[in-house]
Amino acid sequence: MRFSPGDRVRTRHTDPPHHTRLPRYARGAAGTVLHDEGEHPLADDRSRGMHPVPQPVYAVRFEARELFGAGEHTVTLSLWEDYLEPL
Amino acid sequence: MSHSDASIAARVRHVEALLEERGLVDAQELDRALEAFLANAKPANGKRIVARAWADTGFKARLLENANTAIEEIGLSMGGGLQQQTLKVVENTPEVHNVIVCTLCSCYPIALLGPSPAWYKSPAYRSRVVRDPRGVLAEFGFDPEGEIAVWDASAETRYLVLPRRPAATEGWDEQRLAEAVTRNGLIGTAPV
Repeated sequence: MRFSPGDRVRTRHTDPPHHTRLPRYARGAAGTVLHDEGEHPLADDRSRGMHPVPQPVYAVRFEARELFGAGEHTVTLSLWEDYLEPL
Repeated sequence: MSHSDASIAARVRHVEALLEERGLVDAQELDRALEAFLANAKPANGKRIVARAWADTGFKARLLENANTAIEEIGLSMGGGLQQQTLKVVENTPEVHNVIVCTLCSCYPIALLGPSPAWYKSPAYRSRVVRDPRGVLAEFGFDPEGEIAVWDASAETRYLVLPRRPAATEGWDEQRLAEAVTRNGLIGTAPV
């Protein structure tokens, strides 16, 4: 596990030419790790017929203001470790 | 657009027809597997979970800690589909109201809520509730107090909302409590 609850992370900003579970609205955004959700094979690789080794998935919480520039709510996403960089 | 008229649905039907034509799968076998799964997949399951959590604080604590093992105590499970899914129960409080969405497709705890309603799968709900949850909830006639936490089921975890127990339900048994819960309450688009 590379990240722990409370860690600040930033999501990757790349726009891959294949399936991904990092939604466009949450790319390049700074958030906080809430908890881990176990290890799962990366959906991006599975969708391309690969057999990836499972990697940690984290629940990461973002302020709406960070994602959309406005809003008082939060949005929490489940994100694979590959999508995240330490902040 | 609903799932049944999506282009992927046409492709799935075509692949299914080819598999049947070549004798690789039996159409009745597929129907039986689907029927067996859906026969037990209904909102009554989710309502029972909530009623037990309201009635039993020990169960509620276990449910919030590890929902997959807690729901086995009342004979439910997240298995039965292609793979066992992780369930995360998120609790509403006076400070935080939770809402569930899947912006990428339509991930949903089918085993506990049955097939999802059309609005849950609609591009309008999926794109708007992450950006303006209070505006979307207002269209459901609901204005929750406190902060709103949206959960986007973007990976392998499925979410279920634990609504706040309504006032004046002291002494109600679990069956009566379960009847007070609505499907939308379990998604977060209704108070209970």
